[in-house]
Amino acid sequence: MSSSVMSERSSSLRTLRSDNPRYGEKAIFAFLFFTAAVSVAVTTAIVLALFQPLPGFFAEISIVEFFTATEWSPGYARPIYGVWPIVVGTMIVVVTALLVAIPLGLLSAIYLSEYAPNAVRKTIKPVLEILEGIPTVATGLFAFFWLRPFLEYMTPWLPWGGLFSTGVAGIAVGLIIVPLIASVADDAMRSVPRALREGAYALGASRLRVALQVVVPAAFSGIIAAFVLGASRAVGETMIVLLVAGAGSPTLNFNPFEGVQTMTAYIASRATGEIAVGSLVYDTIFAVGALLFLITLAMNMIAIRFVARFREVYE
Amino acid sequence: MANAFSNLPGRAQFAAAGAGLAVQNRFASDGSKGKVANTLFLALMLLALTVAITAIVAILAWAFVEGRTRLDGDLIFNGPSTVNRATAGYSVAILGTLQIIGGVIALIIPLGAGAALYLEQFADKTKWWNRVIELNIQNLAGVPSIVFGILGLAFFVRGPFSWGLVAAAGSATVALLVLPTVILASREAIKAVPPSILEGSLALGATRWQAVWRQVLPAAAPGMLTGVILAVSRAIGEAAPLLLVGALTFVTFAPNFFDGGYSALPVLIYNYAGRPQEEFQILAAAGVLLMLAVLIVINSFAIWLRARSERSW
Amino acid sequence: MNVPIGEESVPNEVFTLKDVSVYYGNNLAVQNVNLPVYENQITALIGPSGCGKSTILRSLNRMNDLIPSAKVTGEVLYHGQDVYGSDVDPVQVRKVIGMVFQKPNPFPKSIYENIAFGPKTLGMKGNMDDIVEEALVGAALWDEVKDRLKDNAFGMSGGQQQRLCIARAIAVKPDVILMDEPCSALDPVSTFKIEDLMNELKSDYTIVIVTHNMQQAARVADRTAFFTVASDDEAGSRVGVLVEHDNTDKIFSSPANQKTLDYVTGRFG
Repeated sequence: MSSSVMSERSSSLRTLRSDNPRYGEKAIFAFLFFTAAVSVAVTTAIVLALFQPLPGFFAEISIVEFFTATEWSPGYARPIYGVWPIVVGTMIVVVTALLVAIPLGLLSAIYLSEYAPNAVRKTIKPVLEILEGIPTVATGLFAFFWLRPFLEYMTPWLPWGGLFSTGVAGIAVGLIIVPLIASVADDAMRSVPRALREGAYALGASRLRVALQVVVPAAFSGIIAAFVLGASRAVGETMIVLLVAGAGSPTLNFNPFEGVQTMTAYIASRATGEIAVGSLVYDTIFAVGALLFLITLAMNMIAIRFVARFREVYE
Repeated sequence: MANAFSNLPGRAQFAAAGAGLAVQNRFASDGSKGKVANTLFLALMLLALTVAITAIVAILAWAFVEGRTRLDGDLIFNGPSTVNRATAGYSVAILGTLQIIGGVIALIIPLGAGAALYLEQFADKTKWWNRVIELNIQNLAGVPSIVFGILGLAFFVRGPFSWGLVAAAGSATVALLVLPTVILASREAIKAVPPSILEGSLALGATRWQAVWRQVLPAAAPGMLTGVILAVSRAIGEAAPLLLVGALTFVTFAPNFFDGGYSALPVLIYNYAGRPQEEFQILAAAGVLLMLAVLIVINSFAIWLRARSERSW
Repeated sequence: MNVPIGEESVPNEVFTLKDVSVYYGNNLAVQNVNLPVYENQITALIGPSGCGKSTILRSLNRMNDLIPSAKVTGEVLYHGQDVYGSDVDPVQVRKVIGMVFQKPNPFPKSIYENIAFGPKTLGMKGNMDDIVEEALVGAALWDEVKDRLKDNAFGMSGGQQQRLCIARAIAVKPDVILMDEPCSALDPVSTFKIEDLMNELKSDYTIVIVTHNMQQAARVADRTAFFTVASDDEAGSRVGVLVEHDNTDKIFSSPANQKTLDYVTGRFG
């Protein structure tokens, strides 16, 4: 065998220069880079789509009116283009959603991270995620056809008005962001080093105290990030608010018991309505869309900063 | 007074005892008050979980109770109709969803796998443009779905592609929407492959691409596939972006991918739900059940796949 | 270099390291190594932890390239060619200089596919079954696995997996086999089998082995190179340096340097 090995070697002998230019692999590398760059193209396209009609739009509509007027009536005979009414609609939904999701999500997260035995944790986490995975049109229908009548039945003394309720929409949105908040907060708490917990246990602290006085404060930035991400998701929700919060009225309305239109619902209803492409009213889709995009972008970047700060400390 | 600090001189004893008590009070543990608080809190947490899980059950129960009378063959095989309310169905929308999902899969597999492989195995992580790409993908994952609808409207329906209000536009829009999560999931799958596999391949004289294509990618494939399946599962339920690219029109005939009107399952459900007649409301709930059934099958498959690929390295 | 047959000759120098230093970023890890490695011999690199033996080993087949901050200065000559030359292809280098790692790292595939991967990927001609068999015979593993070639490699014991990795390395018919502490994760019986194997392999390959285990070096190596850590207390840095290299029996009985004597007699390390 040694002679065959030797002769094979002497023929290939030992040149260390490349024996083929591998153009195929260079092409593959270019393809891979291209696929990664697609994401950049998508962002560019989104930004273009949203912002390109804006100079034309704000040439006709005063930007001051857009940001300060308190009536939103683009299709009307004497239209006013003040964006606050639909921003308020979004805000009602988000605030209600957080009021529901923060307690439910944080408590679930503390349980999963500090109390649950491993087997329980492994079952509950995926189950919670079902709540997030149910298509929002289904959750919206449930909220409209069952949740709202049920809540009204249970609390007839509250000032329910009409068919739509922004507050109930907020509750439904809150329910679907519980898994998100729970899982990000849970990750944050689980990243807190065991040594911190063990030190407290060694001093005789109960599990409750360790959870609330050691782990939660230590995971604080991560938990805040969870809330911000949840809020961002709530801002962007469309189907539930379309079905449950309805179209509202053109003027400011802070009443959660009535239907108030959100930014997302406005975009959806305007784009599926009968309006002329390129008209001023049509362009409100992009103006509101751009505002929505900027708000969620800001929230996501804040959340990322919080996560980064958290990681700095513990990793 | 015999205590833990007896061996210390007088004043030091006081100080030490005081310090000890202060620390103990900080973490004052189970007296009866402590026990009650612990139990109460545990009950509160379990209540929170119960509320969340009850919500899931309530949604499923509502859909079932409301829609069970329409769980028949017509649901799947009949098309939409405003006239024959009792026998109208979702056939057209099912076809539309199938076409949309077909396009989504065709796009997200090469684009998602390619981007993930590039970022994990080929990109020079010190170069700024690669960090921009990473940050960009993270941000895209948080953009509201309706904004993707606007993107689809401006680029696929009109603009550079100008396909019109067709299924292809819906498909491309939804594909871009779920692409960031596919990339993120694929990256995790690739990261989970032990680096010793790559090292061993390279040490044999394989090129980087050969090592990745023949060893790393096959090892990461189950995880990446799971990511794709979960993305498809999300894509099936997405209605908001499709509203903006033409799926809301009440179509009664089978769609053509590049030509003519189309619909999708969640959008038709929304359409039916908006009509006043009770038959349509029942139909909407039945549609929800249909959609949920499909999703359960797909997700169970993904879970099975994930469990099967959990190998010990 | 061709050696005339029948004459008493100095063995070919396969590697010549000239003033080789390795940096990780700004940290100097190993400094100024000058070392020859001769054909068809086993050369052992020994020394305490952190003295750069593995770093030097990995610079022989350019595996250090995988670490972005790693930089190699000086010349690593392989049959007179600088392995780090500007027209040199690292992939080509690794085809002729193979490596076996400390922790056995078989691919998550069958035994057959583990061996076949190298030859297939490199486009070697010939009957794959024969190539696989030849490699497994060469690694003294054939008899144990010939009936279960389709079984998953992870079902084998640690010692068998490491022999599989050796078989995998020789299947591509390299010139040199580098071994980075190949037995440190294995039990004594497997270690013994692999040391036996190394003795058989050296007639066809040149072997360079890094080992923590002095006795192993004394058992298998023809030549031994002793490395140690030089700490510069002022700068607070630790750098690996080559102290001396010679025939193994000389290193272990009457080395030139006191530090070497201290190490091999167990006074430190």
